[in-house]
Amino acid sequence: MNRDPKTMFTETPLVRSKFRQEAAAKWIFAGMAAAMIVPLLLILGYLVERAWPSLSLGFILDVPIRGMKEGGIWPAFVGTIYLVFISLAVSAPIGILAAVYLNEYAKDNWLNRIINLAVINLAGVPSIVHALFGLGAFVYAAKFGYSIISASLTLAIMTLPVIVASTREALASVPRSFREACWNVGATRWQTIQAIVLPNSISGILTGVILQVSRAAGETAPIMFTGAVFFKAVQKGDLFPYQLHEQCMALSMHLYTISTQVPGVKESIPFATAVVLLGLVLVVNAAAITLRVWLRNRKKW
Amino acid sequence: MSDTPPLSITTRKLNLWYAKFQALINVDVDIKHGIITSLIGPSGCGKTTLLRCFNRVNERYGYVTTTGEIKLLGKNIYDPDVSLIELRKSVGMVFQRPNPLPISVYENVVFGMKIHHERSQLTRAALDEAVEKALTETGLWKDLKDRLDHRATALQLEQQQKLCIARLLPLKPEIILMDEPCSALDVEGTRAIEELMFALKGRYTIVIVTHNMAQARRASDECIFMLLGELIEHSRTEDLFLKPRNPKTAEYIEGRYG
Repeated sequence: MNRDPKTMFTETPLVRSKFRQEAAAKWIFAGMAAAMIVPLLLILGYLVERAWPSLSLGFILDVPIRGMKEGGIWPAFVGTIYLVFISLAVSAPIGILAAVYLNEYAKDNWLNRIINLAVINLAGVPSIVHALFGLGAFVYAAKFGYSIISASLTLAIMTLPVIVASTREALASVPRSFREACWNVGATRWQTIQAIVLPNSISGILTGVILQVSRAAGETAPIMFTGAVFFKAVQKGDLFPYQLHEQCMALSMHLYTISTQVPGVKESIPFATAVVLLGLVLVVNAAAITLRVWLRNRKKW
Repeated sequence: MSDTPPLSITTRKLNLWYAKFQALINVDVDIKHGIITSLIGPSGCGKTTLLRCFNRVNERYGYVTTTGEIKLLGKNIYDPDVSLIELRKSVGMVFQRPNPLPISVYENVVFGMKIHHERSQLTRAALDEAVEKALTETGLWKDLKDRLDHRATALQLEQQQKLCIARLLPLKPEIILMDEPCSALDVEGTRAIEELMFALKGRYTIVIVTHNMAQARRASDECIFMLLGELIEHSRTEDLFLKPRNPKTAEYIEGRYG
């Protein structure tokens, strides 16, 4: 033991250099986190500030007037709700049940792997390609014409792969030991799914579905090709202005129209439309998070 | 042959492959009815695989090929008329990590009854009675009778493991398979499970896989030593530990390898 007790356990130059690296690493990561959050806040702030003169409940409930240069956005707001609701009513059951089959029943063979790969790749197909497919398949081949039903089905096809993927993930997160416990008392797969797997994955499944609301609400190309229209005369505050075989207005399409196609629109209106679209998405996502927290608190393992 | 007890499980020339890997090699075993038989051997020797053959749950894990014969109570479980559901109802399994289902204590115990009966056949009174009986048999009734609606996953590990045994009992199984049931438990928990095994033996045939040689010695009537997929020695537990016939067994129980 030839160490000097006075200098034992004190900082060496190596330790100091490690501290410097540590500090640098921390600041770089923090900087990147800020680089992510700051533009987001700036966009939000800018939008709300520019939209302020037009923002009110009346703006949502009013119909556009004077060639869409003034007034509100009710027809587009309702149209978006129609499209989102119908598309998810189609894609959620198909997606969830298909995912249950793929995750719980299908054997892990090459076919299943190809399906898995296809699902992942479909989720990455650009929306304009879905739009073209929807045009060919629903508008022309199925003869639905340019209509809410064509647009909703196109959105459904677009959201389906993501719902399948997120549902599979939620199902796979249910511990295998629960399934083993069921098999070993002689439960069938369906009894296992019904009693154990679904109740414990429902929060993840629902979150996955609800997050698709924002995608369905925000996409412009698929509905522009298949069923969204520039303008449609609608009564103020009418909850059921459209029929399924008719075309409808939608927020994303409306935003595009009044920003680029109509001259002389009151300046704050496009911004206010954007804020409403954003607000709709935020409200739905917040609901998804609340639901998730609530369901998660009920399960404890 | 009249003085030998009846056999619960017999296998002849049992071979099993996981894909290309042969995990069991020509295993012939005769497990007697109503006693505790332990399976010992170093990791990867095929103890758990053999255990899982007895209710054919191996097949759920994919890429498994089995040849040979397994008879439970004289019935070949690979006969075409064997229903896996009925087989697994009669052959219960307890796992290394207690795995109660994430539902209430009560629902855990009646889970098996519910999946094996039409809903109309089960009365509330019958279920209540089954729960009390199963929990009393496993020594849980006193502690849990006021907490039947609590989440089973929130219990202590020892209680969870006892509950995993309790939920098998309403199905009136013939055989209970235990795959290292005490490895997640402390000394007290281990003793409690071993006492429970003693209380249950006689009515049920118990087969227990264990890593713990002391436990095999304490808690089993007969002992099977396996090595690299082969059955090396099967005899009364005292004989296996005091007078091993095979030198490989002797070396293992002396702790030369394992």
